[in-house]
Amino acid sequence: MPLGSKQAGFIGNNESDLKDVQLGKRVVSSTDQIGEFEAFATVGEATVDDPIISIRHCNVHYGDTHAIKDVSLDIARNEVISMIGPSGCGKSTFIRCLNRMNDTIETARVDGEIRLDGDSIYAKEVDPVLLRARVGMVFQKPNPFPKSVYENVAYGPRIHGLARSRAELDDIVFSSLDRAGLYSEVKSRLEEPGTALSGGQQQRLCIARTIAVNPEVILMDEPCSALDPIATAKIEDLIEELRENFSIAIVTHSMQQAARVSQRTAYFHMGHLIEVGATDKVFTNPVHRLTEDYVTGRIG
Amino acid sequence: MTDSVRKPIANLDETRALVTASLQGRYRRERIFQAAGVVAVLLSVGFVLFFFTSIVGKGYSAFSQTYIKLDIYFDPAVIDPRGTRAVEDLSGANYAALVKDALQGLFPKVTGRSSTRELRRIISNGAAYALQDMTVADPRLIGSRRSLWVLADDEIDMYMKGNVDVELDSDRRKVSDEQIAWVEQLREDERIELRFNSTFFTAGDSRDPELSGIWAAAKGSLFMLLICMGLAFPLGVAAAIYLEEFAPRNRWVDLIEVNINNLAAVPSIVFGLLGLSVFINFLGLPRSAPLVGGLVLALMTLPTVIIASRSAITAVPPSIREAALGLGASRVQTVSHHVLPLALPGMLTGAILGLARALGETAPLLMIGMVAFIVEAPNTPLDPSSALPVQIYLWADSPERAFVERTSAAILVLLGFLLVMNASAVWLRTKFERRW
Repeated sequence: MPLGSKQAGFIGNNESDLKDVQLGKRVVSSTDQIGEFEAFATVGEATVDDPIISIRHCNVHYGDTHAIKDVSLDIARNEVISMIGPSGCGKSTFIRCLNRMNDTIETARVDGEIRLDGDSIYAKEVDPVLLRARVGMVFQKPNPFPKSVYENVAYGPRIHGLARSRAELDDIVFSSLDRAGLYSEVKSRLEEPGTALSGGQQQRLCIARTIAVNPEVILMDEPCSALDPIATAKIEDLIEELRENFSIAIVTHSMQQAARVSQRTAYFHMGHLIEVGATDKVFTNPVHRLTEDYVTGRIG
Repeated sequence: MTDSVRKPIANLDETRALVTASLQGRYRRERIFQAAGVVAVLLSVGFVLFFFTSIVGKGYSAFSQTYIKLDIYFDPAVIDPRGTRAVEDLSGANYAALVKDALQGLFPKVTGRSSTRELRRIISNGAAYALQDMTVADPRLIGSRRSLWVLADDEIDMYMKGNVDVELDSDRRKVSDEQIAWVEQLREDERIELRFNSTFFTAGDSRDPELSGIWAAAKGSLFMLLICMGLAFPLGVAAAIYLEEFAPRNRWVDLIEVNINNLAAVPSIVFGLLGLSVFINFLGLPRSAPLVGGLVLALMTLPTVIIASRSAITAVPPSIREAALGLGASRVQTVSHHVLPLALPGMLTGAILGLARALGETAPLLMIGMVAFIVEAPNTPLDPSSALPVQIYLWADSPERAFVERTSAAILVLLGFLLVMNASAVWLRTKFERRW
């Protein structure tokens, strides 16, 4: 019976798969002798000259869970840095520290030092509202407001008082849509609800909405995971263009995407920043064993 | 993984046979489940239909009322013997005598004390008041002779509507054989007919069924609803927003939440007792006032509004909040610009359904003295007043036959109110609902 034999073969493969999956665990147990700290110490070039954001010894706890463990990293100006790693490794948590979105989670506690342009963003006198105007964010699922396309983009400038007149607001909205590569597609449908656009258009609308506030850094949390390959390609092109004016930190599950859009790549594992370096180096010649396992597809 | 739980794959044909064998039972259970559902729906529809036909069948006749045409002579000697035309003199006069004279003119053959009294009884006491009002409003009527339709007594009305069993012995029914003969004579002369009962919609309560109406009770209910809505909606929405969006998660907030949920299930009469002790005994607000009623109903509705508003807020996708916060909106801006507009239809629906429940509430109103006999419709929320359900309760208790149809008619009006409120809830939801 063909089906039965196929299944038998599958079982055989599965057993060897199991061994491979356990590789990660084995690394942990074998390095236990050296001590956890050293095993997970970041390798690669975590620091750069004149960073826009610098993170030192960042720890995040959700209640009793230690989600981010002693991460230090710099984000350079006008670079795209991608965060990769298996699910639950803390990469999303990490970039949500950079605009203090973790503040909205009551049990979250962020320690360590994060500086934006040299100023600590967790200092008492820092207003998270102002910070989020400087560090914009694009989320995993396109989340336009249930308002018109125009109102979606105009909302940020409006609450921050960026436009003094309707004409100025129009300028900001149109140029933001244009920079997000969306203007030609939606110029005749500005009054239609943003939620009526296609998924890829919605995500570009969210990007337009973010850049309308003119931030210094844009955080992107898996911006393409809900999109088809064509929409993904458009967003990737857009990221390349946006790099001229903004620094971008992007979380992605797709290593190909990280390789295509980013100049530097950071690999996270179980809350540790394992390795960071030039993207091509991380993918072709990783230093750390865990990074190698991940980029060669053995874990993750 | 030493102890393996893995077994060899079962034979395919065997598996198929097992699945096929189980199919029949599964389909049978599905059919039984569907049949049970259909039976449940049919039963409930049947009960609702029965309820409505019963109420409508009993109540519709209250919307018409028997009137008798009398030739009234506005006798100056009776109304204004001193000839002053002063309002005090006009309103103190014996208008019943005018009615009596007119009846006597119609039936000259009726003599004797008991017969004339019987004859007078076919006309409502309200007829004299109506003549008085007419005369005071227009004194020029005095001395003239007019053909007027005046209210018949409620028992005559019942006879006209076919609710009197003429087969019964004369002493076991309220309409005597003599009266029946007169009514039949009036009918031949086309001096008696059923007309639209406007009194029912304009009058307050009365001992005489033909003079009673629901206006005082409806106005009281309206005042209470306005007060209840004005208090419970903003308070409930504000509380819900605070609890959902701003309150820290700790033991105290949990305690408050549990108590709000429990309060929604507290019997309404308890809220009546609370209102009695707090608003009337402690704060000294007047008894029987719609203000107190509205306050009590607001307290009663508040938990419902809070719960409905909270679930409406929770239903707003968190991604919308994240989007707004990520753009640098403050929490208040996030709530007022994005969460509230999206949650509002749900909040309104919950509030209106809570209000509809409050509208039909009787028990707490009994505790704060709204069970009084109210003739005059209240002009302010501080005037003594009744409420629609209380009025229904009072009429249902009255011995007169004519109050039976009025009870059903008042229930119809209350149901109409509820229907309008529920329809507006649906309308608001569809109008303001936005999709995302």
